[in-house]
Amino acid sequence: MSWIKRSIRPEQLRELSLVALIIVALLIFGTQIENFLSARTFNRIASSVAIVGVVAVGQTLVVLTRNIDLSVGSIVGFSAYFVGMQLNGNPELPPLMAVLLACGVGALLGLVNGVLVAYGRVPSIITTLGTLAIFRMILVNYSDAKTVTTDMVPPWVPGLAQEALFSLGEFNLRPMVAVAIAVVLVFQLVLVYTQFGRRLYAIGSNPEAARFVGLPGRRIVLLAFVICGALAGLAGFMFLSRFGNITVVAGQGLELQSVAAVVVGGVNTFGGSGSVVGALLGAFLIDLLGQGLIRWLGISEFWRDAILGLLILLAVASDAVILNWLRRLWAPNELKTRTTSEAAPTPKESSHGV
Amino acid sequence: MASSLRRLISWEGLLLLILLVVVAFNAAFTPVYLGVNNQVNLFQLSIEKIIVALVMAFIIINGEIDLSVASVMGLAACVLAYLFNQGVAMPLAVLGALGAGALCGAFNGFWVAYVGVPSLAVTLAGLIGYRGAARILLEDTSISGFPEWFNTLGQQPWLGPLPFALVLFFVLYLVALVVLNFSGIGRLVYVVGNNREVARYSGVRVPRLKLGLFIASGLVAALAGVLLAARLGAVRGNTADGFELDIITMVLLGGVSIFGGTGNLFGVGLAILIILNLRNGMSLVNITGNTQTGVVGVLLILSVLLPNLVQDVRAVLQRRRAQRKEVTRA
Repeated sequence: MSWIKRSIRPEQLRELSLVALIIVALLIFGTQIENFLSARTFNRIASSVAIVGVVAVGQTLVVLTRNIDLSVGSIVGFSAYFVGMQLNGNPELPPLMAVLLACGVGALLGLVNGVLVAYGRVPSIITTLGTLAIFRMILVNYSDAKTVTTDMVPPWVPGLAQEALFSLGEFNLRPMVAVAIAVVLVFQLVLVYTQFGRRLYAIGSNPEAARFVGLPGRRIVLLAFVICGALAGLAGFMFLSRFGNITVVAGQGLELQSVAAVVVGGVNTFGGSGSVVGALLGAFLIDLLGQGLIRWLGISEFWRDAILGLLILLAVASDAVILNWLRRLWAPNELKTRTTSEAAPTPKESSHGV
Repeated sequence: MASSLRRLISWEGLLLLILLVVVAFNAAFTPVYLGVNNQVNLFQLSIEKIIVALVMAFIIINGEIDLSVASVMGLAACVLAYLFNQGVAMPLAVLGALGAGALCGAFNGFWVAYVGVPSLAVTLAGLIGYRGAARILLEDTSISGFPEWFNTLGQQPWLGPLPFALVLFFVLYLVALVVLNFSGIGRLVYVVGNNREVARYSGVRVPRLKLGLFIASGLVAALAGVLLAARLGAVRGNTADGFELDIITMVLLGGVSIFGGTGNLFGVGLAILIILNLRNGMSLVNITGNTQTGVVGVLLILSVLLPNLVQDVRAVLQRRRAQRKEVTRA
């Protein structure tokens, strides 16, 4: 038993159990539903998870610092509309510029959130509840009740969501999905190996301690919000590419979906623990269960939200109960090993997640 | 204590000032604004939200938050419509709706109070889940054709020019005021909101209090949902969608701290008046719903940002003064 305890932390068990859950769900749905394990299902889930996943990566960074960003849905909508309009007015715009433009607009809106939270000391839930409405208001007034349609943008934009980068049999890897995977990998590495990443965890697990050590807390929180905004902007571009038609309500509800993915993915809402890969697994599991259960039980689409709500509750409840129990199980062992080897990882505070 | 009291008084003074400015602006721009009809109408259009804001004040002072209220409102309205559609007598259907709301509240409260899951996460799940349950009940249909007395209760004046819901709001406001300021429960709400641990070690049964507050929140939200169904005369799966932003804004603008422990119902009452008059004034000059919500959002942020900035400026000035003293002494 002790080697298990030494090589795995309770937090990592969360991601492993998510993978296990996904495999179980795939097995059940695969045997119970005809044609479930097909390329079509995969492609469908992959393209819808890609957008939520990118938003959830940014949300993870913010939640790690003990904050929350409820305005991401409005940022997605605004950047999708803004870039759509720019492409309409200037079809010669190179693809890379269009993507950067989307990220830039998102980062700018994220900067507003970040300045208010980090320097204005307005709690993030208040700030982003406000900017959720403010950004949407700006979009509505800017759009003047006009809609972006597929034929207004250059053909390569919707193409990005449909063409395959490469195909393995019928499994297509679409550029959008590739971008999402790349974003997740890059930010997982950033969180684990860079100074910025480690500081996010430090601030989230104990802001006071981080301040005493001399970490520039405000700047780090600001940066987390700016990156979250930039990623929401990128997701906005993907949204434009996938749906083509952008109305003023585009992206509404993505804030809840991204928070749901993050929470199911095991990122602690009190900051300090969780990972980007977990958030992606959370987004994937939510979509898989949504699609699978509806087809398996033959229930209507209307059940989706009820299932999602229950799933989030189970995820956070298991976090509070099981994880704390596991940590208690782990802690004495670490206290024992610390006397023999200095390399033992420090135990988490037991108050976490309560 | 004295300084915090002074700050509270000045906060409410500021709210009163804002309210007067809003009222003066509205009265200057639109002549019909001050008429009795418009004043009743102004309350009537948001009556369900302001009823829920009262109980939300208790929840936030207690250091928690309930994001699921709008979904509970919608679910209660859908339960009402569903039962009515199945041939259940209207009074029983109303009881069923209220029961569903109390059940939702008890469910939220159980996880928050006894399992220790953060209320932000629990009620976020509730926000999505209860809305999902409402959609399951009605799918994409709309149910109307409620009994005459029910629609009349929601739409016609009941006491003089005042509709039933408005009278109910004033009664509930008085009850909430008395409970929060003059009862043992009210004291406990503040104590637990200030410091949960201290309250626990002082022998306060914290879980029971929190469970009770969440049940009250669910019940009041369901009542508001029933009133909304009566006022609109029709119910759909997305009834009351997104109301939580306005409700939480009213409470926070009223000077209740998101971290719990401070705030009172006078401030919340003033904030309610400000938001209602602001929205009404904007409607009268043809500013649409999305812009109105955006302006409310600006107000919400400013309500926290401005006091912070004032505090910063004061701190800087104090430091300068101290430095000057040092210099003159040297």
